[in-house]
Amino acid sequence: MNIWLYILVSAAVSYLIRVTPLVLIRGEIRSRTLRSFLYYVPYVTLAVMTFPAIVDATQSPLAGLLALIAGCALAWFGGSLFQVAVVCCLVVLVAEWFLI
Amino acid sequence: MNDNRTCFRAGIRDGTPIALGYFAVAFTLGIAARNAGFTALQAMVESLTNNASAGEYAVFSLVAAGAGLWEVAIMTLVANARYLLMSCALSQKLSPDTPLRHRLLLAYDVTDELFGISIAFPGRLNPWYTYGAMAVAIPGWGVGTFLGVVMGNVLPLRLVSALSVGLYGMFIAIIVPPARRSKIVGGLVLLSFALSYAAARWQALSGLSSGVKTIILTVVISLGAALLFPVKGEEKEEAAS
Repeated sequence: MNIWLYILVSAAVSYLIRVTPLVLIRGEIRSRTLRSFLYYVPYVTLAVMTFPAIVDATQSPLAGLLALIAGCALAWFGGSLFQVAVVCCLVVLVAEWFLI
Repeated sequence: MNDNRTCFRAGIRDGTPIALGYFAVAFTLGIAARNAGFTALQAMVESLTNNASAGEYAVFSLVAAGAGLWEVAIMTLVANARYLLMSCALSQKLSPDTPLRHRLLLAYDVTDELFGISIAFPGRLNPWYTYGAMAVAIPGWGVGTFLGVVMGNVLPLRLVSALSVGLYGMFIAIIVPPARRSKIVGGLVLLSFALSYAAARWQALSGLSSGVKTIILTVVISLGAALLFPVKGEEKEEAAS
């Protein structure tokens, strides 16, 4: 089958998933439970996606774990988005230099 | 911070590490695309119209296996369903009078990372902040995929390994400061880590994709928190600023 058809279908599905809530939910949601649910969603989903994925992404799991600890410590003491991301990368680069 | 030009610049600044991480991830996706029979142009168009690593990977493997269009549609839906939740949450971050054109444009690139930094924006989201990040992240994603098909395995594994962690570093930078301010958010982050670890390692769940696990855990934990610790109206603004 033509590959462009696959691209068209996957593109349409991907966009519809994202655009539907943004277009349909125009105002503030009134329900306190639903509002609280959506308030917690970002933190929970980002946390779920971070661990253990960060440990599985690196060649050595220990390097990923060290990056997680260093990143959390730096973010706790006010590190910016960019600083935390770069430090995590550097920790893995240095750690794997010794571990692998 | 609410002047559009300033927001756009801030978006470029925060989008730059995302673009670098995207480049590395897209490069590895390009390798998968080539194995599935995509040309460099086709793979780049797939990336620029889907903006989803797990979803695209699923499409490439299905096409490689000779699957039908329906299978690709359903798999894309399942792999990307978490963006439905993110878009719902993002709709509450926007000012209610945000015009339709901004909603249509923002929806194009709701990804884990761009959603993350958009949620971290102080107060209501100015769409221009997200556009600034998109302006650098999208080329990184598209060019990375293209070069992945063309160049294959030239990026040293050591570098790919290090760069792949940058995206998680960004997630950490977004969730840790609110976790420090609020014991509830802090406890939820630790609970999410623990349950996510259990779900990933528990053999009985190995049939579920990581995308499906993410959705189930997000809904269960967030719903439990919403019922046990409902957020007051003012708290939301305070936590966001």
